[in-house]
Amino acid sequence: MRTPYLLITIAVLACGSYFLGRSRAFAVAKGCGGVKGLHSLPGHYGMWTALWCAVPALLVFAIWNAAESPIITALVVAGLPAEISSLPPSKLGLIMNDIRNIISGNITSGDPSPAIIKAAEHYRALQMISVDAMSAVILSIMVAAGLTIRTRISPTLKARNKVEKLVQLLLFLSSAIAILITVGIVLSVLFESIRFFKVIPLSDFLFGLSWSPQTAIRSDQVGSSGAFGAVPVFAGTAMIALIAMLVAVPIGLMSAIYLSEYAGSRFRTIAKPLLEILAGIPTVVYGFFAALTVAPFIRDTGGLFGLSVSSESALAAGLVMGIMIIPFVSSLSDDVIHAVPQTMRDGSLALGATKYETISHVIVPAALPGIVGGILLAVSRAIGETMIVVMAAGLSANLTANPLKAVTTVTVQIVTLLVGDQEFDSPKTLAAFALGLLLFVFTLVLNIIALYVVRKYREQYE
Amino acid sequence: MDQPEKNPTIDKVNRGLKRRYRAERRFRILGATAILTALCFLFLLFFSIVSSGYKAFEKTFIQIEVFFDPAEFTNENLAAANFPGLIKASMNSMFPEVTSRKDKKDLYYLISPGASFQLMKQVKNNPALIGQKELIWVAANDDVDMLLKGNIDRTRPESERRISDKQLGWLDTLAHDGKIKKTFNTAFFTSGDSREPELAGIWGATCGSFYTLLITLSLSFPIGVAAAVYLEEFAPKNRWTDIIEVNINNLAAVPSIVYGLLGLAVFINFFGMPRSTPLVGGLVLTLMTLPIIIIASRASLKSVPPSIREAALGIGASKMQMVAHHVLPLALPGMLTGTIIGMAHALGETAPLLMVGMVAFIVDIPHGFTDPATVLPVQIYLWADSPERAFVAKTSAAIMVLLAFLFLMNAAAVLLRKRFEIKW
Repeated sequence: MRTPYLLITIAVLACGSYFLGRSRAFAVAKGCGGVKGLHSLPGHYGMWTALWCAVPALLVFAIWNAAESPIITALVVAGLPAEISSLPPSKLGLIMNDIRNIISGNITSGDPSPAIIKAAEHYRALQMISVDAMSAVILSIMVAAGLTIRTRISPTLKARNKVEKLVQLLLFLSSAIAILITVGIVLSVLFESIRFFKVIPLSDFLFGLSWSPQTAIRSDQVGSSGAFGAVPVFAGTAMIALIAMLVAVPIGLMSAIYLSEYAGSRFRTIAKPLLEILAGIPTVVYGFFAALTVAPFIRDTGGLFGLSVSSESALAAGLVMGIMIIPFVSSLSDDVIHAVPQTMRDGSLALGATKYETISHVIVPAALPGIVGGILLAVSRAIGETMIVVMAAGLSANLTANPLKAVTTVTVQIVTLLVGDQEFDSPKTLAAFALGLLLFVFTLVLNIIALYVVRKYREQYE
Repeated sequence: MDQPEKNPTIDKVNRGLKRRYRAERRFRILGATAILTALCFLFLLFFSIVSSGYKAFEKTFIQIEVFFDPAEFTNENLAAANFPGLIKASMNSMFPEVTSRKDKKDLYYLISPGASFQLMKQVKNNPALIGQKELIWVAANDDVDMLLKGNIDRTRPESERRISDKQLGWLDTLAHDGKIKKTFNTAFFTSGDSREPELAGIWGATCGSFYTLLITLSLSFPIGVAAAVYLEEFAPKNRWTDIIEVNINNLAAVPSIVYGLLGLAVFINFFGMPRSTPLVGGLVLTLMTLPIIIIASRASLKSVPPSIREAALGIGASKMQMVAHHVLPLALPGMLTGTIIGMAHALGETAPLLMVGMVAFIVDIPHGFTDPATVLPVQIYLWADSPERAFVAKTSAAIMVLLAFLFLMNAAAVLLRKRFEIKW
């Protein structure tokens, strides 16, 4: 039986056992004065039966699928002729790939030898046996569980409490996934980073001034020695983020102030959603916009003034990233400005201050911690943003303060190092994970500070 | 004080008034300018996309008269016939004056390489064509397409454009004979990716996006809602729940590319899942959208007033029954709104999918969760990187389609909110 059908069968059987359990509960209830005599509702008995059917079956399914491939591979390897199975593991891996390719009908490397074709048939036969065996085991477990639980149903069985306990456990596991994701992120970047720092010392990575991750494949190759000093990459990231914030903070903050303090309700209902549209546009669209429209425009304008502007200038990428972040800054500032109590405004206006004076002397200082928190979140967005810089910023790691030149960023380097073929033992690939670790840690710290500041600020006025 | 107009404080205030009002006006104008600037950027963005992309919805066709020579179809397998040869022959008969080898090559260049596949399909569907002469519209090469849409300037010197003077002449003859037409570009919506801009379409990427989002939705919605229900309704107030809470808020702000690294290291390298497939892409996007859905669902649960809970508990419902029968149905519209917004987010996401190999050049339309596939935003990224001029228009057109999808999803979310929102 193929996997989708098996899953559908499990679902159907589980539904069936629900009704089985329920009808059994009704039958049992007749002996003790109707449904009232049962401990739980008949549906709970049904649910209890269904859970006993489905959960073990799904567990077996998951474990079987995880264990299947290695066991079959080991069996096939054992069945190979001695001269093949005694090859070193790397060559053996290639042969196993060939065998799998034959099974899935893909192109193999070269003409397969009869031994390999035979092994492929062996593999396929084992796969069939495994799937059939799994189906049989699962179905018999389900039937057995359903029938056993059915006989256990009695008026005193606390079905509801048991079902609810199990459901609550499932709910808890769902929320624990959040922790699991974080652990997964940390472990996945940490392990590869540690391997990277074994090759390249941490201090060279953090303080080195030259970045050219292309390592020579052959030892006699010229050039490409591989330098992993990440300072130019950090500098490029910082410059682009700075340009973005120079665009986004004034525009976003002023928009928020205007919308919440000056604008009439009609203007606000139109302008606010329009601003939010900017936040909903995918970043790849911004990247295309930067590369197609903004970068050539800046280059040509610079040309008019006799400036030589790179067509992948930091300015173009930063500018467009700033546009992307405007709604982020404005909606966060809008929230905190709204949280400033109306009494403070009224007090200031009653003393004869103009609206501008109220805003600049009362509202903004009161909202400042919240605004700063919002800006920090925006900075972390700008640093982690990928597509705009991949499409509009360059690859060359220049250590420069000139925004008209091409610079590169952490995210661009991660993408270029990891897209395409990778070998997981070269520092070139591992460098991407080291950069990823730094990116994660840095944005995490920014976020924690920002969230803390925003939360503290909210409490102040609640 | 019998002479109030001599009051020095008032004088001081009055003297400053003009300046203060000026500052007030200036500030107000500054605020309005900020909003207008932002809106200007928005307009500019849409304008540049639409103006460069609307032409891609039209496609140029050239009419040729093909003689399906029976001598070519001797082989049992119809696909083995020399279809490019048939097209060349028909071009030769249209322009008998073209004789030199180089000129002939230039002449054949006008027709898209995809035309022979079109002929092959027609013959397969209707073998009776063999031996007959047919007038057939075939796709023109992308450079011809660009020329006729005005993207290649005829007046520039010959060496600076991709269409030579001779080719211009032939095209003018064809146009004069009514053998060139522009129609709606259906191929753009029905075919997969291609190296030839005139053959490339977004259907493959759309299917990939569909399968990827299906996985994301079917995992992140149940898990997200379950997590939100636990945290909001059941979790004891202790250190653990605090950690989970802070964690979720942080996860929502982790750069998306980090999720890509996680997917690469865990799903592909550790679990050995197949690269470039909607399965892996969907899992990565699930991890990414989960925090968004959890946060939205919790807000939605919070807005259900406690009186509902107390009433349910008061008539003897268990806690689980109270949540399942009363709180959850009331919070569901808000949860769905949050989920749609999370899905829209996932639909537009590119960076993490680059990490798990969904950036490959894939011509076939994916038909399942484990077929290699790409998604709409990645397709946009790939086309934006292509050197051919015609791909710029394609990219913009694909962006328009993506934005249309996003618009629909967000409109659905707004509608849902308007329809089911309850003011307590």
